[in-house]
Amino acid sequence: MSVESMYQEIILDHYKARHGSGLRDPYEAEVTHVNPSCGDEILLRVHLDGDTVADVSYDAVGCSISQAATSVMHDLVVGRTVEEGLSTMGAFQAMMHSQGNHEPDEDVLEDGVAFLGVAQFPARVKCALLGWSAWKDAVAQALTTTPAAAAADDTRMAEPVEAKEEK
Amino acid sequence: MPDFDPTAADGLGAFEAPPAAFALPGVVRGDFPVLGRHVNGHPLAYLDSANTSQKPRSVVEEMSDHLLLHNANVARAMHTLGAEASAAFEAGRAKVAAFIGARTEEVVFTKNASEALNLAAHTLGDHLRLGPGDEVVVSVMEHHSNIVPWQLLCQRTGATLRWFDITDDGRLDLAAAEEDSLISERTKVVSLTWVSNVLGTVNPIPELAARAHAVGAVMVVDGSQAVPQMPVDVTTLGADLLAFTSHKMLGPTGLGVLWGRYDLLEELPPFLGGGEMIEVVRMEGSTFARPPARFEAGTPAIAEAVGLGAAVEYLTMVGMERVAAHEQLITAYALQQLQQVEGLRVLGPTEAVDRGGAISFTLTSDDGFDIHPHDVMQILDSRGVAVRGGHHCARPLHQRLGIQASSRASAYLYTTPDEVDRLVEALDHTRTFFSGHSGGKR
Repeated sequence: MSVESMYQEIILDHYKARHGSGLRDPYEAEVTHVNPSCGDEILLRVHLDGDTVADVSYDAVGCSISQAATSVMHDLVVGRTVEEGLSTMGAFQAMMHSQGNHEPDEDVLEDGVAFLGVAQFPARVKCALLGWSAWKDAVAQALTTTPAAAAADDTRMAEPVEAKEEK
Repeated sequence: MPDFDPTAADGLGAFEAPPAAFALPGVVRGDFPVLGRHVNGHPLAYLDSANTSQKPRSVVEEMSDHLLLHNANVARAMHTLGAEASAAFEAGRAKVAAFIGARTEEVVFTKNASEALNLAAHTLGDHLRLGPGDEVVVSVMEHHSNIVPWQLLCQRTGATLRWFDITDDGRLDLAAAEEDSLISERTKVVSLTWVSNVLGTVNPIPELAARAHAVGAVMVVDGSQAVPQMPVDVTTLGADLLAFTSHKMLGPTGLGVLWGRYDLLEELPPFLGGGEMIEVVRMEGSTFARPPARFEAGTPAIAEAVGLGAAVEYLTMVGMERVAAHEQLITAYALQQLQQVEGLRVLGPTEAVDRGGAISFTLTSDDGFDIHPHDVMQILDSRGVAVRGGHHCARPLHQRLGIQASSRASAYLYTTPDEVDRLVEALDHTRTFFSGHSGGKR
């Protein structure tokens, strides 16, 4: 369990590149999520076009893991349907909760597979999930405010939205 | 303490303090088995004592001995073991009282310093009949546990919460407070930290208490970072109530202390209701025990009180003057060495004058990128160096400083200059590790 296995090149590159960073219009929902233990924060907006995620824009402060994971998430959900995005999130969560004992599907998670090493460090798992939880929350809100999108809703979105990310 | 040039470079060679000045860790380290551990393949350099201190063998052994041979409930068990347990528990209280120059009955045991401060806020709010127009004064450098209880109190009562700002070098801005009449006849409570857990700043409590008392306000002091590190005499401190915690001063977790002037404690109403805090209970109403029992509902942390008693005995044996002198010296050394690290900015006072041993800092990579404290902590941990990264339960302070979080190294009586050198080396490595990733399109 080396720290180098956690800080993959891909993660460090995304950390500095931060794909999709910055707040943009239009958007249907905007949420703030925080990691209370370290103060990492993300303000995230979602713009839906029908059931497609047209844009995810954000203003975030936090560690390399949370920033890189949000950058990767942006690449994985924008231009795909909400359902595809949620399915990818499920795959990412499964990997993050695996404690590293997992064979991630690179076709699904793309650069996200680089976070397998982070899964070995329980204290950092929530860093990797901060952006994703904000995105899920924002999408749920956006679906309730856009009737067209709501019509194309997936049953999973009917469950109550968690106010904050997991502790 | 020895004089030295803070601009001198390169380790102990250039450090003018005689080697004997760092004698204390050599004497005490053998009592702390954990300090001999290896972590991630490196000898442990534990620099997180402001978070929680390590425990000497005597504390663990006395607790273990108590639990294995003398365990019973206190105050209510009348058999022999009950008497032994009660005596051991009260002996813990007496040792803590002696340690801070207090009367035994002035020491109230709580769960932790947070509960002690909540106790203070609740009971003072009732006692002073706090309401609209009244003011409670804290500072922006407080730990959340000395902010939130007062916020809640103000919300309940309609009183107003005000706070001291800090100067750019991390000290209380007394001039601005004077200008704004921060402490006025409306002030009912002033609650301040003695030593900042982030900046290390030592606040002039006697002077501040005099100002509070001049307007008739009650002075509450959060001594969580101070009591472990310096000699304390509550009779000259100026505080009316002083909160601190066992686990930062070699004792176990699960036990805090609220010291109070006895005449004030006597006037305060109960906090939590339950067993041991009563005198007579009738269904129509109850009368309450005298302090400290009035504030100690339910079965207390008995073995923990025994442990804290052993901890203060240990500190007394070492001598708090020596503990304080070592803290000054190791802090001065760490400040000097850390400021040699490129891209490192120390928050708070940069000289070891009126300054405790917590040193918080930010770190920037070669290419000007802020390295997040979580990432700093992780790389340091991979080299056996334990520090804390985050906002250290002082988010308003970090906001005031214009940063989101920081890394913090903190020392105690067992901390060696070698551990500081290991920190510095690991920080250099961290900068290298995070430099050179352009973030360009892949």
